[in-house]
Amino acid sequence: MFPTPLEKRPRSARITYQAFLPFALFLWLLPLLAVAIFSIKPGADFTNANYWGVPSSFEFAHNYGQVFFNSDMPRYLLNSFMITVPTVIGAVALSALAGFALGIYKFKANIWIFFMFVAGNFVPFQILMVPVRDLTLSMGLYDTKLGLVLFHVAFQTGFCTLFMRNFIKALPYELIEAARVEGISEIQIFWHVVLPLMKPALAALAVLIFTFIWNDYFWAVVLTQGPGSQPVTAGITAFNSEFRAMYHLMSAGSLVAALPPVAMFFLMQKHFIAGLTLGAVK
Amino acid sequence: MTDAALSAARAERGYWQRNQQTLAPWLFLAPGILFFVFYVIYPVFQSFNLSLYEWDGLGAKEYVGMRNYEDLYWEFKDGDAFYTALKNNVLWLFLYLLAIPAGLFIALFLNQTVTGIRLYKSLFFFPFVISQVVVGLVFTWFYDPAFGGLNLLLGWFGMGPINVLGDEKYVTYGVIAAGLWPQTAYCMILYLTGLNGVNPEQIEAGRLDGAKGWRMLWHVVLPQLKPATFIAFVVTIIGALRSFDLISVMTGGGPYGSSRVLAYYMFEVALSEYGFRMGYGAAIAVVLFLIMLCFIAYFLWSMYREEKR
Repeated sequence: MFPTPLEKRPRSARITYQAFLPFALFLWLLPLLAVAIFSIKPGADFTNANYWGVPSSFEFAHNYGQVFFNSDMPRYLLNSFMITVPTVIGAVALSALAGFALGIYKFKANIWIFFMFVAGNFVPFQILMVPVRDLTLSMGLYDTKLGLVLFHVAFQTGFCTLFMRNFIKALPYELIEAARVEGISEIQIFWHVVLPLMKPALAALAVLIFTFIWNDYFWAVVLTQGPGSQPVTAGITAFNSEFRAMYHLMSAGSLVAALPPVAMFFLMQKHFIAGLTLGAVK
Repeated sequence: MTDAALSAARAERGYWQRNQQTLAPWLFLAPGILFFVFYVIYPVFQSFNLSLYEWDGLGAKEYVGMRNYEDLYWEFKDGDAFYTALKNNVLWLFLYLLAIPAGLFIALFLNQTVTGIRLYKSLFFFPFVISQVVVGLVFTWFYDPAFGGLNLLLGWFGMGPINVLGDEKYVTYGVIAAGLWPQTAYCMILYLTGLNGVNPEQIEAGRLDGAKGWRMLWHVVLPQLKPATFIAFVVTIIGALRSFDLISVMTGGGPYGSSRVLAYYMFEVALSEYGFRMGYGAAIAVVLFLIMLCFIAYFLWSMYREEKR
C-alpha cells in the first residue's frame, strides 16, 4: 500500500493524522457549510450584517417551509424527477441493447460504430444547440419535459454504450457459446444469459445518469422555460430572482435543489463509484 | 447427419434462423444508433452548414459563405469578445488540469485505514455530486465582497477586501477555482480506486531498493496509476471545454464580457437578448468543436491502440 500505512509508523503520526483529518474536511467543505448555516438564519441577520456570527434565532423550519410551501420549488423538483427518471430508463435500456451488440458480435463496422458513440459523447453541447432546439421546436416539443427527455436519452446513450460494451466484453464469452450450442436464440441469450449478469453495470449507470441529468443546466435553459417544465437547476435561478437578496431563502433553496443526487450518492455509493471509475483500474 | 440432411434442416429453419448471428447485432443496435444519429451526429453537420448562413432563428436563412468566420477573425485580431473567450478557454484548459495533481494529492492523503475513513472519502467526494449551478451560487457568496468567507479570511491576514467576480483581473481565475472544487473531487475518486489496485509486491520491491516518498510515487506508483490518470485527463479536458454553468450562474460572462468562454459566448450570441444570430453562434460552436476534435482524436487513437493489443 502507498503511502506507508499509518500502522507501520510511529503512534504520534497516527494521532496527528487523525486530528488533522476533520480539520482538512472542514476546510474542504467550508463554502458549503457556510451556505448550510445561512439557510437556518433568520432574514434579519442579513439586514443587520450578522453574516458570520451566531444566528440570532434558529429558523430551519421557517426557511425550508418557505421553500416548500411558498415558492415554485416543489414544481421544479417534480419536473426534475419527471425528466430524470424516464431518461435513466431510456438511456440504460438503449445502451444495454447497443452495448450487447458491440460487446458480443464480431463484425466489420463494430469498432467504428463504437467510436461513433464515444466521439459523439465528447462533442461540445454548443455545436448541437441550434439544430436540436430547432428540431425540438419543429416537433412541437419545445418547453415540454418530453422534448428534454428525448434529447437526454439520445445523448447519454453515447456514454452508456461505452460503459455497457466494455462491461459485456469482460464477461466470459464461453457462456454465450455454450448457450448457442444449446440452440438458444440470440434474443434469448441477451435476455436470459447476459442481462442477469449485467445487473451491477445497470445499477452503476442508473445512479450515474441520474446525477448527470438532475444536474444538467444547459439543456434545461435551451429547451424549456418557466415552471411548467423546467427542472430545478434552471428553476433555482428564477427562485433566486424572486427572493433576491434574501440569502437565507436562497441558501435553503439551493440545498434542496442539490439534495436528491446527494442522497442518491450516499444510498448507492458502491455503484456510483463503480460507474465513475470504470476503466480507471485494469 | 449427412450434408443433405443438414442443409434441409437449415432451409427449414427459415431466413431469420439461418442469419441470426449477422442480423442480431443490427437489430440490437438500431434504436441506439437511430436516436444517436438523429440527435447528436446529424446536428453536428447541421451546425457546420448553418455556420455559412445568417439566420435569426425565424425568418429565411441567407447564405453568406465564410463571412461569419471572417468576422470571428477580425474579432480575434482586434482583441474583441471572441479573442477574450478564446483566451479564457486556454486558461481554463491549463488551470483545470491542476485538478489532476490536486486530486492525486488528496487521494494519497486519504489512502489510509483509520476508523471512519470511508465516510471521510465520501464527504471529500461530495462537491462532485452537487450540481454546478449550486456550486456556482455557493462560490458567488463565498466571493461576495460584503459578507463572503473569502474576504473574511483575507481580512485575518490583513489583506483585501477584493471583489473577485467584479474585477476583470480576477474573475476568470475565481470561476476556475470554483470549477476546480468538484473536478478535484472527481480526480480524487479516480485515484483512490486506482490506488486500491496498486500491486503491493512492487511497492515492497521498491522499498527494498530503497525507494521512498517522491521517488516511490514517481517511479513505482504513478506508472501503475496510468489508466486512472488517462481517465482523469479525459474528463478534465472535457470539463474545461464544457464550462458553461458556472460562468452563467456566477458572472453571466461579465464584468464587461471578461469571463466569457467560447461555450458561453456562443450561447449569448445565439440565444439571448443580444439577438438571435444563429449562424454566427454556429460558427463559434464549430471553432469550439474543432478544438475539442483534437482531443477526441487523441482519445480515440489511444483507445484504438488499447483495443488492438
